[in-house]
Amino acid sequence: MGLTFSEKVLSQKAGRPVQAGEVVTIAPDYCLSHDNSAAIIGEFKKIGISRVKAPGKIIIILDHIVPAADEKYAQNHKTIREFVRAQELPHFFDIQHGVCHQVLCEEGFALPGKVIMGSDSHTTTYGAFGAFAAGIGRTEAASIWATDEIWLRVPETLQVNFHGSFPEGVYAKDAVLKLIGDQGADRANYEAIEFSGPSAGDFSISSRMTMANMAAEMGAKNGYFEPDTLTVAWVRARTMEDFEVVVSDPDAVYEAVLSYDLSKLEPQIACPHTVDNVKPVREVQGQPVHQVLIGTCTNGRLEDLEIAARILKGRKIHPMTRTLILPASRQAYLEALRRGTIQTLSEAGCVILNPGCGPCLGAHQGLLAAGETVVSTSNRNFRGRMGHRDSEIYLASPATAAVSALEGKITDPRTRT
Amino acid sequence: MNTGRVWKYGDNVNTDVIFPGRYTYTLMPPEEMAKHALEDLDSEFAKAVRPGDVIVAGKNFGCGSSREQAAACLRAAGVQAVVAKSFARIYFRNAINLGLAVLQCDEAVEALVSGDAIEIDFTAGTITSGGRVFKFFPLPESVLGIVQAGGLIEYTKKKLGL
Repeated sequence: MGLTFSEKVLSQKAGRPVQAGEVVTIAPDYCLSHDNSAAIIGEFKKIGISRVKAPGKIIIILDHIVPAADEKYAQNHKTIREFVRAQELPHFFDIQHGVCHQVLCEEGFALPGKVIMGSDSHTTTYGAFGAFAAGIGRTEAASIWATDEIWLRVPETLQVNFHGSFPEGVYAKDAVLKLIGDQGADRANYEAIEFSGPSAGDFSISSRMTMANMAAEMGAKNGYFEPDTLTVAWVRARTMEDFEVVVSDPDAVYEAVLSYDLSKLEPQIACPHTVDNVKPVREVQGQPVHQVLIGTCTNGRLEDLEIAARILKGRKIHPMTRTLILPASRQAYLEALRRGTIQTLSEAGCVILNPGCGPCLGAHQGLLAAGETVVSTSNRNFRGRMGHRDSEIYLASPATAAVSALEGKITDPRTRT
Repeated sequence: MNTGRVWKYGDNVNTDVIFPGRYTYTLMPPEEMAKHALEDLDSEFAKAVRPGDVIVAGKNFGCGSSREQAAACLRAAGVQAVVAKSFARIYFRNAINLGLAVLQCDEAVEALVSGDAIEIDFTAGTITSGGRVFKFFPLPESVLGIVQAGGLIEYTKKKLGL
């Protein structure tokens, strides 16, 4: 009987053949944390050892509230910087780099076949490169720092096959929203999702990252794209570290297999207050929009910013719709600067924010008042997440967000090019 | 045997409504976290909850972010257990690692309503309320060690001989 990617990679790590349902204790390749490292340091100190076990495996990227919005956050950052120096951690990225999930990939840590645990739910993003990447809590991260070990249940796998190609105005975000809307926010709870089928290889790296990032919103432990020449070229441009491409066996056993025809898709939008409350954009068209957020680790890469800029070029956003641009990283920001994308967006009336997480989780930089509506390209629309509990969050693609910014109301991007 | 009252909620109770993101990156003592428990879901909860109370909810409890405060704030509020049809993966792990009991029991979720008196016997694997008895599966053996040690920090200390 064949094995899935997740079964294979965890078998390698465990040093024995394992199948879905078994529990393994393994040493992960990397452990990511961000501003929550301050809390992890607190837990680590409770354990009572003085040094972390494997400093080279710890990656800390400050992104959630950067630059520090108040004194408490400033103290958190200071605590983390002091710990990094004291423990001599080699992989520390201070506030100027961007969102952890983008930076970790750009810095060449997200490699095929690696096992990466992250103290953030959207750690699933690195599956875009064929890594096994899953979110964990702070206490678990502290335990990995101390022991270089974690227990994991080997997940069953849901295979999602894509065929056909996207119609005009439809993107990876629409495909993954459609999937979550059809299947529900807990469909893949405790499971792995393999994104495959004849069209999976057509997705750009950026689109794969969008989809693997959103796998978390179906409850998945990890998402996965089979590495191809595009993947290998992308990671080899960033690191010379060894890796081994791990792929599922042709006769691997899946919990279920789903199939989607991309050519039949239309623009999708997740309505308040759950990510699986998904409708075609045309069904909610006309809803007034007070704020638009284009960016984040879900849709803040060059590809996303350029889609928005093409729509906004030479135009002005609606006067009642403030529009925030949140590049996923400094690298994405710099590329967009060089190509004139940032200038186009600024000229259209958008506010360009520094790369980071701020407004996506309602931490700072543009929160919503009661009764306000936002169209956001981020990954989560829970009640109160981006501000007041009586504000409404709609999740959509950068194209839908940009067109809605122009019109001042939710608008299907196919109605305007 | 511990007695408490039921606080009943629906499906997909997410981490943002259990513990809002606006407080997530502020280090807070447990008693302060307890004041914000379920703030965006039920503003009465934090004021009225008593030690030993039990949250009963539908499927996918704790979906969303990996923030541990969503488990820690309930434990700090005195909640003795969350009984749900299912739990989101990270929440389930966090709860065990922090010593908050998480029990899956469809029948109890269907039957119980807010305000019901509830007793949980963790060793016998039973939930009792008004003469009705519901069985739940005990935690898998592989994680029992962590729970028995009193959470992951204590478990890790023991493993390292500290």
